[in-house]
Amino acid sequence: MAVKHADLAEKFIADEPRTNWHDETLWFVREKRDKAAHGLPEWEQLREWGSQIKNNTLSNLSNYLKEFEEKATANGIKVHWASDAQEHNEIVHKIIQKHGIQKIVKSKSMLTEECQLNEFLQHRGIEVVDTDLGERIVQFRKEPPSHIVLPAIHLKKEDVSATFHEHLQTEKGNNDPQYLTEAARQHLRNKFVESQLAITGVNFAIAETGGFVVCTNEGNADMGAHTAPVHIACMGFEKLIPKAAHLSVFLRLLARSATGQPITTYSSHFNKPRSNQEMHLVIVDNGRSKQLGREDFRNSLKCIRCAACFNTCPVYRRSGGHSYHTAVAGPIGSILNPNLDMKANADLPFASTLCGSCTNVCPVKINIHEQLWKWRQVIVAEGYVATSKKISMLGMSFVFSSPKIYRLMGKTARGIMHVFPFIINNKLNTWYKQREMPEAPKDSFRDWYLKNRKN
Amino acid sequence: MSARENILKAIAMNQPELAELPVIDIASTIRYEDSYTQFKTVLESIGGKVELISDLTVLKEQLISDRLNGKFVVNTIETLGDVDEKAAFLSAFELEKVEKGYVKGTVGVAENGAVWIYESQMINRLVPFICQHLILVIEKKNIVDNLHQAYEKIDVSKEGFGVFIAGPSKTADIEQSLVIGAHGARSATIYVIA
Repeated sequence: MAVKHADLAEKFIADEPRTNWHDETLWFVREKRDKAAHGLPEWEQLREWGSQIKNNTLSNLSNYLKEFEEKATANGIKVHWASDAQEHNEIVHKIIQKHGIQKIVKSKSMLTEECQLNEFLQHRGIEVVDTDLGERIVQFRKEPPSHIVLPAIHLKKEDVSATFHEHLQTEKGNNDPQYLTEAARQHLRNKFVESQLAITGVNFAIAETGGFVVCTNEGNADMGAHTAPVHIACMGFEKLIPKAAHLSVFLRLLARSATGQPITTYSSHFNKPRSNQEMHLVIVDNGRSKQLGREDFRNSLKCIRCAACFNTCPVYRRSGGHSYHTAVAGPIGSILNPNLDMKANADLPFASTLCGSCTNVCPVKINIHEQLWKWRQVIVAEGYVATSKKISMLGMSFVFSSPKIYRLMGKTARGIMHVFPFIINNKLNTWYKQREMPEAPKDSFRDWYLKNRKN
Repeated sequence: MSARENILKAIAMNQPELAELPVIDIASTIRYEDSYTQFKTVLESIGGKVELISDLTVLKEQLISDRLNGKFVVNTIETLGDVDEKAAFLSAFELEKVEKGYVKGTVGVAENGAVWIYESQMINRLVPFICQHLILVIEKKNIVDNLHQAYEKIDVSKEGFGVFIAGPSKTADIEQSLVIGAHGARSATIYVIA
């Protein structure tokens, strides 16, 4: 394993005031979500509907996909299928090459992050301009997004100001978000009006109509898609929903769960290309069909990417998105990514306290914390945990399954803690990091109980 | 085998037993005593402006004065004055200079301040997004309480494109500070005809 969540998190928390700020900022978003959710008496009913619609979708997915393809094709959309990230990137590259296109704008799509489309195209000499403000900021800084809804949430306005000063020649030290946003607006409007190709993600694709919906607050998906002569929308196949009427359920849940807004500013329903426009849609598998076959984990495919589980997660809030070293961070990322690469992402299901808050806020009722716990078992069974953890787990299992040895070890440990505390209280003991060890009692509870039970 | 066949085959093999679709009981969803007031309150909380008007006179005059003052406006509403049909053929480069777009909406949604607009009501798909200031016009009787009712009133696949717009373009990507006017319209004023 090259990088681990715990190591990356350690770097992140080295700056304590910044860690606290990150924690509080995301908690603030979580609170806005609560307020929005509590404003609807039928909120729990909505979550249940959302969950059931997604259950039905997953259970009849092959038919829904065929229906969607048929309708979309009839609407004039060119539908492509990609088994994996490589194939997805090649399909997009081919379309770009066919038209000899230079100027490409892209609105937010976590799928293209997952497939590392930008890097793939860059290696072939093609530059893509990310147009979501947060994504543009991290793109300038050559960083990946740290959050699927708020890509630059790890940055402070001073960081953005310095980045814009370097790339957009804004005033040095002017940290006013209004001023910085205006600079990005001018810069990106120029990119929009000259764009030849627009890439967007997909929030929902509707089997019944062959259309798809893209949600943004900034309007960047629309500015690109309605300007460029070619539009490519990319989606993982789990974005499908059966009927247009179901959009009401999901659009009511999505923005409220994500940012506490009643709805995103723009919910754009694409059905057909405009005249003289070419519209492509790439449907991607990339491990999803395999996840569908994992009974314990298939529910993760119900995700609508609202990031409520990020904002509420005590570990995410205090370790930052980059610690998860994957395109989709947070609790949901930790149950999706082991499916993509179990070895490289074996650390992620352990980056959780299993408190269950993620499950409680999930708008489509994914049992995230239970899946985290189940992934741990799979990962240990497959042998993807560090040897030190494996040995200590074996040791613990040995001790806990034999009362006599347990008592002896307890007694020995208490003795050591009294007489030679430095054996426990040192840097080699990770439990001692940032914590004082408790004072050891003289007797164990068992000894105390045997002595006192008669009273 | 093609990617398509492989994917569909793998899905068919791995998908669980059929689960029923739920019945969405719209009667159990939120209702407001005064849907116009709710619509206005929500829209104003997300940066929009709402004006109740008795007829189109105010707007007609506004459009005339905009044009007299040489403002680049695109009007797509017949009942308001001359319709700028030429917008259909304008490039993004030209439309980028549009000061104001006048667009009619089909349905307003009280719970979230969104207004549904069909492609035919925009003339050019770019108009409601690219204009600096967006003027939307809806009729009071077309304000529904919630999104379920809105989807019952519209047909999303009737035209090539349609959109719910709730207020002006915005972002909070810099330190969660709300800034109005990200890429789309800097302001959105919704005129509701009583």
